[in-house]
Amino acid sequence: MIPGNFDYHRPSSIADAVRLLADLGDEARPLAGGHSLIPMMKLRMATPEHLVDLHGIASLKGISRSGDKVTIGAMTTQHDLLQSDEIKASLPILHETALLIADPQVRYRGTVGGNVANGDPGNDMPALMMTLGAAYNLEGSSGTRAVAARDYYQGAYFTALEQGEILTSISIPVPPAGHGYAYEKLKRKIGDYATAAASVIVTVQRGKVATCSIGLTNLADTALLAEQAAQSLVGTSLDDASIARAADLARSIMAPAADGKGPVDYKIHVGGVMVGRAIKRAAARAA
Amino acid sequence: MAKTHIKMTVNGAEVEGLAEPRMLLIHFIRENLNLTGPHIGCDTSHCGACTVDIDGMSVKSCTMFAVQAHGSSITTIEGMANADGTLSALQEGFRMMHGLQCGFCTPGMITRAHRLLQENPDPTEEEIRFGISGNLCRCTGYQNIVKAIQYAAAKINGTQFQEAAE
Repeated sequence: MIPGNFDYHRPSSIADAVRLLADLGDEARPLAGGHSLIPMMKLRMATPEHLVDLHGIASLKGISRSGDKVTIGAMTTQHDLLQSDEIKASLPILHETALLIADPQVRYRGTVGGNVANGDPGNDMPALMMTLGAAYNLEGSSGTRAVAARDYYQGAYFTALEQGEILTSISIPVPPAGHGYAYEKLKRKIGDYATAAASVIVTVQRGKVATCSIGLTNLADTALLAEQAAQSLVGTSLDDASIARAADLARSIMAPAADGKGPVDYKIHVGGVMVGRAIKRAAARAA
Repeated sequence: MAKTHIKMTVNGAEVEGLAEPRMLLIHFIRENLNLTGPHIGCDTSHCGACTVDIDGMSVKSCTMFAVQAHGSSITTIEGMANADGTLSALQEGFRMMHGLQCGFCTPGMITRAHRLLQENPDPTEEEIRFGISGNLCRCTGYQNIVKAIQYAAAKINGTQFQEAAE
């Protein structure tokens, strides 16, 4: 399969990329790792007239920590994430999740920025970023702005990103030392999108949950934050009844579509199972 | 559509050519460079038959444009043999352990396994299976492919290869 024709642009700075996107207008798309966009172009589900390849912009790559915040450049690949000692130490849930994304070859190319930016509800990082309270740093011809991950997703492939803007980096507040974390993903095989997945971050003090957040992947037309489910766990000792109640509260906001991965009832059922397992595994890790 | 002039290093040799922006790297390698070792299997970035090594990364060359490889250094299966033409440890491992049947996936498997062993010279069986999880084989059931990679790792490390009991 051969994609349609387009003009190729490879800017070397964010300013040049933003200017190109503004000048070229609606028919231009930024190209990151290409592992969503190129397959869509082969199927003619995307037919951009211009691609602005971000691989030439060195400042879009890299992982750094400043105080209690980790910043990840948009063109940092999933492979880079897995190689990073900083991520392993500060944000181990990102390491755990990256291992469950696609396959080794795809992780060398697939970027964190692309995973969160394009609004595919099947991608794993959006729910994670919502769970962690991350912010996306966007840059366009009219300047820069930060949008909370929790406010970014509007529908499948519809996001707060304006035409001409690119996502340049992600800022993530580091959860406190001793936090529990888990990403549970049900998939049919390596490389598959989630049938259902859940991310959990929990802190425990004196045997009781102090804070908790829960995110859901591929269980609606965007990633979801299961706020009521997470809130219901605060103050509990994570006993089986509390976990079952939280899973049911999470189920109540799931609205998946039936597809080859299964019918709606099945997805909601296993979605709750993923939530329960993620809570248990996160609890076991919490100090 | 205007073609772009691109240059890259492939299996140690400087090559150049003209490519439309939409030309996939696998087509450039097979049709312009006449290196038909990397195969087009699924054309959807699932099967790994088109895997090549680009600047130290295993990449599915069906999901990258040729123009994006400008300036890069690429190794394909054609560049895997030892300098004197003898089989590399991995190639020998696939032969000795019967790591192929139809052979369609083999160029991608060996190219991927090459990078895996560069990054992890002494992988466990589980690490091998995880490391080649982006490469599909419909013949072997993977068992002999795993053995082939273990054989190669042992040969490179100068240790004794012990075939696991089945």
